[in-house]
Amino acid sequence: MHGMIMVVYMLTAIFLGGFGNYLIPLMIGARDMVFPFVNMLSYWVYLLATLVLAASYFVPGGPTGAGWTLYPPQAILTGTPGHEWGIILMLSSLILFIIGFTMGGLNYVVTVLQARTRGMTLMRMPLTVWGIFTAAVMALLAFPGLFVACVMLLLDRTLGTSFFVPAIVEMGERRDYSGGSPILFQHLFWFFGHPEVYIVALPAFGMVSDLISVHARKNIFGYRMMVWAILAIGVLSMVVWGHHMYVSGMDPLFGFFFAVTTLAIAVPTAMKVYNWVVTLWRADIHFTTPMLFALGFLVTFVNGGITGLYLGNVIVDVPLSATLFVVAHFHMVMGIAPVLVIFGAIYHWFPKITGRMMDERLGKIHFWITFLGAYAIFFPMHYLGLLGVPRRFYDMNDATFVPHSAVGLNIFMTTMALFVGLSQLIFFYNVFKSLRHGASAGGNPWRAASLEWQTPETPPGHGNWGKRLPVVYRWPYGYNIPGAPDDFVPQNAPLQKGEHAT
Amino acid sequence: MSVMAFFFIFVFSVALAFLWREGVLEAPWLQEGEIAAYHGNGGRPPNAAKTALFIFLGVALCLFSLLCAAFFMRMGSYDWQSPPLPRILWFNTAALVASSGALHRASAAAKEASPQRMKIALWAGAVASLLFFFGQLWAWRQMIAEGFYASGNPANAFFFLLTGAHALHLLGGLVALFRTIARAALEKPGKSLAATVELCAIYWHFLLAIWLLLLALLVGWADNLGVICRRLLT
Repeated sequence: MHGMIMVVYMLTAIFLGGFGNYLIPLMIGARDMVFPFVNMLSYWVYLLATLVLAASYFVPGGPTGAGWTLYPPQAILTGTPGHEWGIILMLSSLILFIIGFTMGGLNYVVTVLQARTRGMTLMRMPLTVWGIFTAAVMALLAFPGLFVACVMLLLDRTLGTSFFVPAIVEMGERRDYSGGSPILFQHLFWFFGHPEVYIVALPAFGMVSDLISVHARKNIFGYRMMVWAILAIGVLSMVVWGHHMYVSGMDPLFGFFFAVTTLAIAVPTAMKVYNWVVTLWRADIHFTTPMLFALGFLVTFVNGGITGLYLGNVIVDVPLSATLFVVAHFHMVMGIAPVLVIFGAIYHWFPKITGRMMDERLGKIHFWITFLGAYAIFFPMHYLGLLGVPRRFYDMNDATFVPHSAVGLNIFMTTMALFVGLSQLIFFYNVFKSLRHGASAGGNPWRAASLEWQTPETPPGHGNWGKRLPVVYRWPYGYNIPGAPDDFVPQNAPLQKGEHAT
Repeated sequence: MSVMAFFFIFVFSVALAFLWREGVLEAPWLQEGEIAAYHGNGGRPPNAAKTALFIFLGVALCLFSLLCAAFFMRMGSYDWQSPPLPRILWFNTAALVASSGALHRASAAAKEASPQRMKIALWAGAVASLLFFFGQLWAWRQMIAEGFYASGNPANAFFFLLTGAHALHLLGGLVALFRTIARAALEKPGKSLAATVELCAIYWHFLLAIWLLLLALLVGWADNLGVICRRLLT
């Protein structure tokens, strides 16, 4: 439940559903999404999906205990909590979510392809839109994998078909299943599961690019390369799912193929990291809260990415795959990193959403607790993993191969997790206080060049742009242009006399 | 899952060709002033509904490719026994071909601005599709009556799964088709109606293509392909 809620219902929904819906029309100069009705339907179906999922806490047997991978046969057999009702509700909820998401995803993609304002070419879109757009396309192609897996598993559970479940003895009793292939489920699940990582990461990459550029007062270095890297990651990440299945007994050559594609993703990803760093090089960096979160993301993502290189190799992955090392890697790269971006993005766009600034001092306290706290939780986990502490166990009893000091580290991590979790209340306090009492922001408090900050009203009124849609004359990263009157040039500022391309 | 490789090669080629045309190689910081936001289609934005339909077809194609891939993977196991197919499937196939053809005629008639012919063709398409749908239900009943339950054998289960998934897509299309028929009855014929009819026709051609593919799987014409796909994987 924890994994599924966080990855699918929280991260995917916030990045694509939340920021996608808010930022795409503002950033490309549209009045609304192309199909508002479908968009609304998508939201209500999503809400229904979450309610169905939440309902599984109240059914006999409780929610499913099959983890976020829902591997059959264990997910639907006795011994796994929630095998009576919890799993059925989980699968139904996912099916609903995917139907809702497909409606939303069609909207994001078509809006970007079709509703851009005058002068807004694809290559004049901010990287945030590129990230969300590519992620939406990937999600549209990846979620069918989960959909098929869920439908077939649901049929296995309810109708007794044998898509995934082999001949099996349950509690001393032979079941009617025969010949099903659990590996088939793993293929279908990870066909969705790996792109999902990048569905979350690409919007985060895009937002970080914009945050760094705005708060360092410098154009993003290598814009074209950033776009191509996003596209390359999008393409590559669809063909790497096998690296989650190294220990499932796959053919070594096949594992080799997946190891190569997996490690190949490091190339475009590293390009992005270099470009962020070069953007910061000799820039006029303002250490505002959004910038701190963006920089925190940079460090955390590099950290998680490097352990990803370890795990991408078959020979390193096999001994580490069932240990806390994987948990540490995964939470660094997909838990902490995107959540830092979400916080940064909220601090950054809050003034546009509400017209008020968030409290900087509270924001900085929140950042340092979250950033250092996250490291205190997940950094020691790498060591525990290397010691061989297995994941998915809540009690180790007297496992002699683990030194006793591991217990102390575990207690430390748990304490820190509780502390960091509680301290998030600072953030919510800040949001609710600033909603009423925050300093007035004006239209463009960060002096940003991209289109969403140039709306005639803040917060943007109905239809976003007043009577006339804006016309775009330049790219969204016009910072510190020599000879310009200000240190930024908005995208919709017409050309001045004698102006040359920068 | 090697089926997915073909799918991706196809989808990514289309996507990259599109991005190429839209200028993904341009250097935006060197471009000044107002330039055309869209490169194809004479500088105008593409039609929203048509774009959405093509993207949806991509998603649906992905879904059916995955089902195919699952079919091929599962087919290799020892307990697979293909059931004898109900004969009515051939009649259904003919009905779907007819409805696809009728909607093609309707689209052509809408473009030539002959509303009467268009309405007749739309109705013909709808009736033929309903025939197909009820024929599929009949096939299900026949399978069950002969004792080929979904739980009996994975081949039976795939028969129900594939035909069911296809029928649901057809039902969704029928909703759109009946709305189009209602519009055709109430509105004056014009360009927007012709565009809608064209979308219906495209969707029906897609349904027909998918059905022929599924039929090939179910009849067993694609067995050798399945063997090759599995060889690639193991």
